[in-house]
Amino acid sequence: MITRESRRGFYSASGKYRGIFSWIFSTDHKRIGILYLISILAFFLIGVTFGVLMRLELIAPGSTIVEAQTYNSFFTLHGIIMIFFFIIPGIPASFGNFFLPILIGARDVAFPRLNLLSWWFYIIAATLALATLIMPGGPPDAGWTFYPPYSIKTTTSVSLAAFAAFIVGFSSILTGLNFITTIHRLRAPGMKWLRMPLFPWALYATSWVQVLATPVLAITVLLLILERSFGVGFFDPQKGGDPLMFQHLFWIYSHPAVYIMILPAMGIISEVIPVFSRKSVFGYKAIVFSTVAIGVVGYLVWGHHMFTTGMSEEAQLIFSLITFIVAVPSGIKVFNWVSTMYRGSIVMAPPMLFSLAFVFLFSIGGLTGLANASVATNVHIHDTFFIVAHFHYVMFGGTGFAFFAGLHYWFPKMFGKTYSQRVAHLSCIVMFLGFHILYFPMFILGWQGMPRRFYDYIPAFHTGNLISTIGSWVLVTGLLIMVINLLRGLFKGEAAVSNPWDGTTLEWQIPSPPPKENFETIPTVTHGPYTRSQE
Amino acid sequence: MNATNTTTDTAHETHVDYIGSKMGMWLFLFTEILFFGGLFLLYAVYRSSFSQEFYTTSAQLDMTIGAINTIVLITSSLTMAFSITAIKNGAARLSALYQLLTIIFALVFLIIKYYEWSAKIGHGIYPGSDALLSQGQGTIIFYSLYFVMTGIHGIHVLAGIVIIAVMINMTTKNKISEKDFVRLENTGLYWHFVDVVWVYLFPLLYLIG
Amino acid sequence: MEHTERAAHTVSYKANILVWLTLLVLTGLTVIIAGIDLGGFGILMNILIASLKAGLIVYIFMHMKYESLLFKLMLLMAIATLTVIIMLTFLDTLYR
Repeated sequence: MITRESRRGFYSASGKYRGIFSWIFSTDHKRIGILYLISILAFFLIGVTFGVLMRLELIAPGSTIVEAQTYNSFFTLHGIIMIFFFIIPGIPASFGNFFLPILIGARDVAFPRLNLLSWWFYIIAATLALATLIMPGGPPDAGWTFYPPYSIKTTTSVSLAAFAAFIVGFSSILTGLNFITTIHRLRAPGMKWLRMPLFPWALYATSWVQVLATPVLAITVLLLILERSFGVGFFDPQKGGDPLMFQHLFWIYSHPAVYIMILPAMGIISEVIPVFSRKSVFGYKAIVFSTVAIGVVGYLVWGHHMFTTGMSEEAQLIFSLITFIVAVPSGIKVFNWVSTMYRGSIVMAPPMLFSLAFVFLFSIGGLTGLANASVATNVHIHDTFFIVAHFHYVMFGGTGFAFFAGLHYWFPKMFGKTYSQRVAHLSCIVMFLGFHILYFPMFILGWQGMPRRFYDYIPAFHTGNLISTIGSWVLVTGLLIMVINLLRGLFKGEAAVSNPWDGTTLEWQIPSPPPKENFETIPTVTHGPYTRSQE
Repeated sequence: MNATNTTTDTAHETHVDYIGSKMGMWLFLFTEILFFGGLFLLYAVYRSSFSQEFYTTSAQLDMTIGAINTIVLITSSLTMAFSITAIKNGAARLSALYQLLTIIFALVFLIIKYYEWSAKIGHGIYPGSDALLSQGQGTIIFYSLYFVMTGIHGIHVLAGIVIIAVMINMTTKNKISEKDFVRLENTGLYWHFVDVVWVYLFPLLYLIG
Repeated sequence: MEHTERAAHTVSYKANILVWLTLLVLTGLTVIIAGIDLGGFGILMNILIASLKAGLIVYIFMHMKYESLLFKLMLLMAIATLTVIIMLTFLDTLYR
């Protein structure tokens, strides 16, 4: 019998806490996933606000709404919030937490209490980051990359921001550690490694990067704080230090970090496209292999952020070469996704539309990455808006759109409600158009020489900037349409069925929303994740 | 292959995934390897740039004290290992005693380190001091590495003391026993790791000159 | 159903003491070598001895000898990662 209680699944209160405490002290991976989802979306919107403000300043040359100092804080906070509090935790902490155990047939993650702790670290870190807005000295203005010497000298609250990054790193590490152990230890009977769906595979590779790369960020920001507080001198040439050592240490984390961002996104796409092509994924093993390859090789390319710094030629060439190599597994995935669609029966539901947008936007981002990877062109475009466009295409067009795809795909399962697919389609199209209008001109502006991180520019760049700012308004409109549509679905939508999309993975075999312990009995898996009964 | 599922009932964790718990601890130690690794990377780079000055400055550190501290820490690892052997043999009180000995050795280590630091600081040698900044760049970097690396290591020793103290409490209350000792074992892993870091720090800082 | 899995092996007091003694001997050795001027070779010897000590601690005290291949591979991955990033950094600093 489906009572109101049972229809509410894990939302029904249980355990020793009531009300809000049954959420913020919960060790249920589904509740933690939703806590993260809300937090992440909140910080995304804060990050968007900073972005809109930046574009408002850049709509015309000269000072438009703020002066240089404030603009510098805008782009610093935009970067810190978007990178550390939206994109890096984004997919793993929200959808990963909610669905990893379900996708592998488990009742929860390996360490539920560490899971809750990781969310608390996130919240504490995010609060510290926001606190920099009101601290004496003012918000940080050194860019999210915190390069010395300026990051040492500036009197803004760099140390606090760096400390926030330190704390959120722990959040990331705990998530990674939890997922690795979960995948090794808690797969259902019969779920061999090569029967695991591709999203868990993506999370596995991502988790290793989180575990092995994030600590390097931790020591780097710690050294930055020590430098500011005690003048230890590691990055100060007068004391024998080398500012480039900061950059090395910083990018040894921050480049693998972008693979923390993109691998889970690709994992979502690998889930969505087979479902809406009514076909098993093409080249499952190739996708697994390329996922792992991206994680491994992605560790070895960080120097490509430093081509113009005075690095040795040998280092430039090797880093450039490896960067070209790492593009190959990404390309393999694109071929696999497209091949999955070929001769499939396409259902253009919102998750699929967002996924197709991903493939298009990510391809542009990835290809322009190759332009950056070549040392000769890099000299010309480093620190220009070309780079800004490149990484927004991969991070926003890529991970961002994949996040939206996951949101629309898993919304019925997570909340037991449906949303308007028509309005969702509209939001996707508006965002897609706004995205191009906002970011494509930046490729041209950057190529023409407009530097990044400046509040002012020469009049020749005015037209491109004007178009770009208008694009930001279109994009934000699309975002708002999406948010309102989903909120309306949440509160007023019809009840969702267990399997609205005719998916084949385990989450669609349980009710929407799932019950507290996911499965009545742990399933025994006898075939691969994308096999359809009519195949 | 491994299909043990744990319940999410945190009120009483009757089922503990022993291997999973150890795996989690090792994964945490990997993060510590990379964390200290960043410092060792800095050390390696600056040592190769300033090899002569590292050579002469290292001689200013007291090798005997460093060696004594090394022996103290290695012995603390022994007592930690003993505490695990004891608990697995069912000797809970003996295990608690060995854990206490471990803490004592750790405190001795920290006290020796305190005197070492005091001596240097008393001579005006500390990061940012005029006496230090007036010396060669290699010397400045060496001492910065010395203070930062032994300082962060010392914080880990302190944290270890606190954690072992908690373990003693749990052992005496029978929450750690021969039936459920993985938390003590994981504490041991952490402690031995702290020892390993020092095993590298000692020659790299004290034994160059 | 699931139970607490017993460790397959308990390291005896005797084995622990043997390791400890070896570590002390190696420490003494490393101090002696530092006293002799062997130049670059001396540094290398001391790093190797340190690694031997670390290896003993990991293998016996930290029980790695008795853990599954998976654990050994994971550890190897972490060490390999650190090694590689140090090497690649030197690709820059050594050749400027």
